[in-house]
Amino acid sequence: MTFKRSDGRGIEEMRPIKAEVGVVPNADGSAIFSFGKTVAIAAVYGPRKMHPQHQQDPEKGKLRCNYNMLSFSVDDRIRPGPSRRSTEISKITEWALEPVLLIEKYPNLVIDVHINILQADASTRCAGINAAALALAHAGIPMKNLVSSVSIGKLDKQLVVDVDKEEEDFEEGEGSTDIPITMTPEGDITHIQLDGKISIEELKEVVQLAKKSVKKIYEVQKKALKESVKL
Amino acid sequence: METAKVTGERIKSYLSTGKRFDGRKQDEFRDITIETGISEKAEGSARVKIGNTEVIVGVKLSVSEPYPDSPNKGNLMVTSELLPLSSERFESGPPKFPAIELGRLIDRAIRESKFINLEKLCIKEGEKVWSVFIDIYSINYDGNLIDAAGIGAILSLKTAYLPKYDQENEKVLYGEHTDQKIPLSEELPIVITSHKIGGNIIVDPTIEEEDVSETRITIGGSVEGKLFSIQKGGIKEITVEEMDKLLEMNDNARKKVYSQIKKYL
Repeated sequence: MTFKRSDGRGIEEMRPIKAEVGVVPNADGSAIFSFGKTVAIAAVYGPRKMHPQHQQDPEKGKLRCNYNMLSFSVDDRIRPGPSRRSTEISKITEWALEPVLLIEKYPNLVIDVHINILQADASTRCAGINAAALALAHAGIPMKNLVSSVSIGKLDKQLVVDVDKEEEDFEEGEGSTDIPITMTPEGDITHIQLDGKISIEELKEVVQLAKKSVKKIYEVQKKALKESVKL
Repeated sequence: METAKVTGERIKSYLSTGKRFDGRKQDEFRDITIETGISEKAEGSARVKIGNTEVIVGVKLSVSEPYPDSPNKGNLMVTSELLPLSSERFESGPPKFPAIELGRLIDRAIRESKFINLEKLCIKEGEKVWSVFIDIYSINYDGNLIDAAGIGAILSLKTAYLPKYDQENEKVLYGEHTDQKIPLSEELPIVITSHKIGGNIIVDPTIEEEDVSETRITIGGSVEGKLFSIQKGGIKEITVEEMDKLLEMNDNARKKVYSQIKKYL
């Protein structure tokens, strides 16, 4: 029997992806990215002088990400302001992006990336990272490449690409394992997390599946950037 | 004091010939020393030393309301404090990112492995459940607090007893322990963190090694090879091949750590 996903998607099929840059005119770079109903918006300010001054690093610039969910982005209202979860995702996002960023070009400066989740249907950190990578490129920050992020799910024993909320809450058999992964187009891992239960062999499969999937996201990101440039 | 650049370079060049400063192999832990029941007041507690790194972990239980989305389950809270007494690098004040992350890393390994049977900690559905608080404190910081905290957490859970609960007056009678233990499963989550330094992968870094680490991958898994939680940290990427190698090494290290700690379980 083939596995049926609740919304009828194929195993490796992602929800409709949308990406657009230049959505916040005030920012130096900005982008909106969505996986179906999950929508993230990111804006870049900088490079600009780091304040407080004692946080300045004369060897390289600093990437400072801030992930935030709007209070009404989910069913049960989230209390506004930072939480332990959002603090962690902010840092994870910095780590996911920094490998491709030529941050050493900006000693003493800071690049701020503000990510807001407008609407959440799982995979919000992945949408946020994708939007942030686009916004940084849109801001003209020198980068070795983009990064693309996707969440691979293991529902009971079946691997699926781009987990939505209903799948995240899947409880049959071995339940749901969520593995958000961020990669460069070459397939180097800049971020990986996992929650659930999986064997080492299965995890290796997950990584290969992610490698295949991020390429598709990369194409959409690239297209969005190209469209923003008037020829 | 931050590790000097020249020390960092030396660590890297040593590692490229397969050597570490303290003569350990790349997948070798420092000596692990364990003491359980270190607190009279905590329901369960442990002191874990890995080399010069030391943490103490305590488990407290209280009765409270369940979360609305899990009315028939007990609550689990893991927090950590990086005490200023344990290193000149830690300052007092509200928790900063490393302390928040440490708590969450351990929380997720325990939660996702379903090590604690939270359903059995329900007293009255929707109204009263046991809350399990696991609190981690650093006593001396010389690298690898994460793995030490993970060991401390499972040991304190293993050694904890529920306090008496007075149903009538809805009061927990602390100090009057029952002989009932926290309901735990067989699947023990052991947290092992691997670091990538240069092109090399090691486990159980000292503080100097941790300072020059470029990438860190923390994995909560069982000795049987099931993985429950993963988190990558650090500012460098890792290739798929390196990741595969890391997974094998991480698994081997977990088996060795388990053989060292199992007599306390």
